[in-house]
Amino acid sequence: MTAATDTRRAGGPDDAVSGVVPREVVRPATVDQVAEVLRAAAADGRTVVPVGGRSKLTWAAAPESCDLLLDLTGLDRVVEHVAGDLTVVAEAGVRLADLQAQVGRAGQLLGLDPPEDGATLGGVVSANASGPRRLRYGTTRDLLIGITVVLADGTVAHAGGKVVKNVAGYDLGKLFTGAHGTLGAVVSTTWRLHPVPPARRVVTLELPDAAAAGPLSIALARSTLTPSAVELIGRADGSARLVVLFESIAESVAGQARSAVALLGGGEESEDLPEDFGRRPGGADDVLLRLAYAPAALSSALGALPAGTAVAAHAATGVSYAAVPAGEAVDALPRLRAAIAPHDGTAVVLRAPDAVRDRLDHWGPVGDSLDLMRRVKERFDPERRMSPGRFVGGL
Amino acid sequence: MTAIAEPALSDRTATLADRLRSAVGTERVLTDRTQVRTYECDGLANFKVTPAIVVLAESRQHVVDTVRLCSEAGVPFVARGSGTGLSGGALPSADGVLLVLSRLRRLSPVDADNRQVTVEPGVINLWVTRDAAPHDLAYAPDPSSQLVCSIGGNVAENAGGAHCLKYGFTVNHVLGAEVVLPDDEVVHLGGRAPEHPGYDLLGAFIGSEGTLGVATELTLRLIRVPEAVQTMLVGYHSVEDAAGTVSDIIAAGIVPAAVEMMDALAIQAAEAAVSCGYPEGAVAVLVIELDGPQVEVEAQFRQVEEIARARNAFETRIAADDAERALMWKGRKSAFAAVGRISPSYFVQDGVIPRTKLPEVLAEIDRMADEKGLRVANVFHAGDGNLHPLVLFDDAVEGQAHEAEELAGAILELCVTSGGSITGEHGVGSEKRMKMAKQFTPEDLDTMQLLRCAFDPAGIANPGKVFPTPRLCGERPGVRKGEHPVQAAGLGEVF
Repeated sequence: MTAATDTRRAGGPDDAVSGVVPREVVRPATVDQVAEVLRAAAADGRTVVPVGGRSKLTWAAAPESCDLLLDLTGLDRVVEHVAGDLTVVAEAGVRLADLQAQVGRAGQLLGLDPPEDGATLGGVVSANASGPRRLRYGTTRDLLIGITVVLADGTVAHAGGKVVKNVAGYDLGKLFTGAHGTLGAVVSTTWRLHPVPPARRVVTLELPDAAAAGPLSIALARSTLTPSAVELIGRADGSARLVVLFESIAESVAGQARSAVALLGGGEESEDLPEDFGRRPGGADDVLLRLAYAPAALSSALGALPAGTAVAAHAATGVSYAAVPAGEAVDALPRLRAAIAPHDGTAVVLRAPDAVRDRLDHWGPVGDSLDLMRRVKERFDPERRMSPGRFVGGL
Repeated sequence: MTAIAEPALSDRTATLADRLRSAVGTERVLTDRTQVRTYECDGLANFKVTPAIVVLAESRQHVVDTVRLCSEAGVPFVARGSGTGLSGGALPSADGVLLVLSRLRRLSPVDADNRQVTVEPGVINLWVTRDAAPHDLAYAPDPSSQLVCSIGGNVAENAGGAHCLKYGFTVNHVLGAEVVLPDDEVVHLGGRAPEHPGYDLLGAFIGSEGTLGVATELTLRLIRVPEAVQTMLVGYHSVEDAAGTVSDIIAAGIVPAAVEMMDALAIQAAEAAVSCGYPEGAVAVLVIELDGPQVEVEAQFRQVEEIARARNAFETRIAADDAERALMWKGRKSAFAAVGRISPSYFVQDGVIPRTKLPEVLAEIDRMADEKGLRVANVFHAGDGNLHPLVLFDDAVEGQAHEAEELAGAILELCVTSGGSITGEHGVGSEKRMKMAKQFTPEDLDTMQLLRCAFDPAGIANPGKVFPTPRLCGERPGVRKGEHPVQAAGLGEVF
C-alpha cells in the first residue's frame, strides 16, 4: 500500500462537482503519487476530475462522469522562493493566500488577486481566475513561467522553467491555463513575482449612471496615470461607484490621485479600499457571469444586461462580472451574447442556482477554433477521461 | 532569365511549382536557383539550405493556396518574415517551399480607445509604434532588429527586446491571430477581447517558431506612452559591481523599463562601430532606463544613482534629451553587428540564467573562454538574466570555428545547469534543437509533440526545427509507456 492509496475514501455529497458525486476521492501528497493514481485510473478506464480548494468548481460545466475526484490540496509545498530573482516555485495545492503571505515577508507579491476564499494555485491556473489588479499585472498567462503537469496516462511533463525570459519549446503553461483539468492535472507552478508597492491611494467617484464609467475608463486608460485597478461596483442599470486604485511610492500615488480627481471631474480620495473591492457581485440566488469584450465597449456591455443586475467590472480591461437575477438569466443570456458579439464579446456562466443551471449554455459560442481545440484534447486525453464534458463544446 | 547549373526539380516539386503558379500567379513563384538562393539563410548565416520553391505571398489567399497545395503534395513549407532571426528558424527545407510573408504589409487604423491595432505579418515592428505614436500609444516589444524585423517573425519567435523586463514579451502583447493551419484550415485564436472561452491556443501558438501554422493577421495590444522616461549610462571598473547594481535595484523594489549590460570587449566593439562615447576605461557599463509618472521616475532615479555609487560606479551620465538617450541605446543595439569590427566571425548566443547567478556565470564563461584561447564579448539584458555572449573567432584559422561552436554550446549548457534556459528570445530553431534534451526530459518533449500533432499531424510546417528528433504523429514513445512495438514504430494508428 502506498501513501496515495491510503488516502482513498468514498465520495459523498460534499464532494459533488456541479451536482455529480464522485465514486471515490483520492488525496495524493506528491507528484509521483499523482502519476501513480493517474496510471492506475488509466488502467481501469476511470474518469478523473482534478480539484484544488474547490472554490470555483461551478466555473466549468458539470462533468459527464467522475469516478475519481483527484484532490490536489496535499501537494502543498512552496518548493523554492528566490527573492533576488523575484521567482517562486510552488506546488498546485498551495493556497494563493498562503503563498502571498510567504512571499510578502520578502516584500514581494504574486500579481493575482481573485477573491475566491481558499483558492489554490492549481485551481487559479486551471480556472484562469483573476481580479482587479489584472490591469497592472496581467493574468496567469503573463505571470506563470513554468509548469509541471501529469497527463491522463500518468506522464509527468514540465514546460517553461525558473527564469522569467525563456522561449525554449512550446509553452504548455498557456495551454493548461483555463483548461479546467481537461488536459491533465496541474501539479506544480513557477511564477514571476513583483515588489509590493510601498504606498496606496484610492479615488472613489459616485456615478448616478453606471454607463458613465465607459468614457471615464477610456480616459483613464489613455492618460499617463498608472492605476493598479479601475473597478466599477454597483448596478448595471443604476448607480455605481468607480474605484481607482494607485499603488506606488508615496509621492507618486498622491500626485496621481490628485490628477485622477481632475481627470474624472470629481471623486473622494482615501487610503482604504471599500470592503466590496474585488469581490464578485451578487449572491447564491443569482447567475454569476463573466463577460469579456473589447475594453472600450464597457457601456455597451452594461446596457445589454437585464434590469437589476449587480456588476463588478474591471473597467479598463474588458472584463466584467455580472450577477443576473436567476429568473431573468435563461432568456437574458442569449440576448446578452448577441448584443456584445460585435465587440468580440463572450459571456460564461460561473455559478447558477440548481433550478436553472441545466437550462443555461455554460460556455456559449466558441468560434472557428473549436475543432482545433477538440484535436488538442484528443491528443492529450484520447480516452476522454479527464474532466469529460466540463469544457467548451462538451470537451 | 539566366540559370546557373540548375539541378532539375524532382517531378513532385515541379508539379507543385506549376500548381502554385496557377494558384498565386507565375510572378510570385520562384524556382530559378539564382533567385531562390537569396533565401538560403536567415540572420544565422552559418546555416544554409537552398529551397526548391519560393512563394512571395501578397494576400491571405496566397498563403491559404500555398499551404493547401503543400499539404496535398505532402511537401514541407517554411514561413519567413524579414529573415532576421538568429536561430535558423526560417532555414528552408531543401525539397520544400519557402513562404515569404514580407509583402503582407497592411496595417489597419489604430483603435485608440481599445489600444489595439490589427496588422499583417510582414509589417515591420517599428511601423506599429510609428502608427501608434500620434495617439500617444506604442507597441512594447522592441527587439534590437526592430527597424527591419517583422511582426509575423516576432510572433513566431515570441520576440523580446530590451524593455521586456517591465513590459513582457510578444506573447503578452498579441491579443488575437488569424492562422492558416498546416491543413489549410483558417482559424481565429484570441481576438479583440480578452478571455475567449476555450484553450489558450493563441498563447501556445506564439513562440512555436512556425511549426504550428502561419499567421496571416495579428491584433496587437498597444501601451500608453509613459509620462516620463529617464536613461542613465553607468561605468564600472568591474563586472561584479555592475551585476551587483542590478541585484540591488531589484532588491529595492524597483522595476526598471530596461537594464542592459555590456562588458569591456563589447564596449570596445561598439565604440569602434558607432562612437557611442561610453565612459573611457570602463570594464562594464549599464544602460538603465526608468519610465512612468514623472515623480515616480525622478524619485527612483535618485535611488538608482545612490545604489550605483555604493557599487563603485566611476561615472554616471544621465541622458539630457532624446538625442543623448538615442546615442546610449545606439551603442547597445548595434553591439552584435559592431563585434564584426573586432573579429572576423562570431557566434551569438542567447542563454538565460537566474539574475542572482550573474557574477558566477560570467566568471565561469571567462574561465571557459581562456581555456579555449578564445574571446567572448558579453552583451545582455541584465535585468532578466538574458545573456548574449558573442564568441569571437577567425574562420581563416584551421579548427577555430569548431572550437568556438563548442564553447558556445558549453555556455548554453552552463546556463541550463545554473537553472536557466538555452534561449531567452532568439528561439531554438535549427541551431539549438539538439540542446533541447539538456533542458527537457524525453517526456517533456513528447508532451510538446502532442500539441504539434494536433496542429500539424502531417509534420509539414517548418519540420526539423525546435525538437531534436522529429517524430511521426502516429508514433508513440513505446518504451516508456509500454505500447505495442507496431505502434511505437509508427506502423499502427494509436488514437
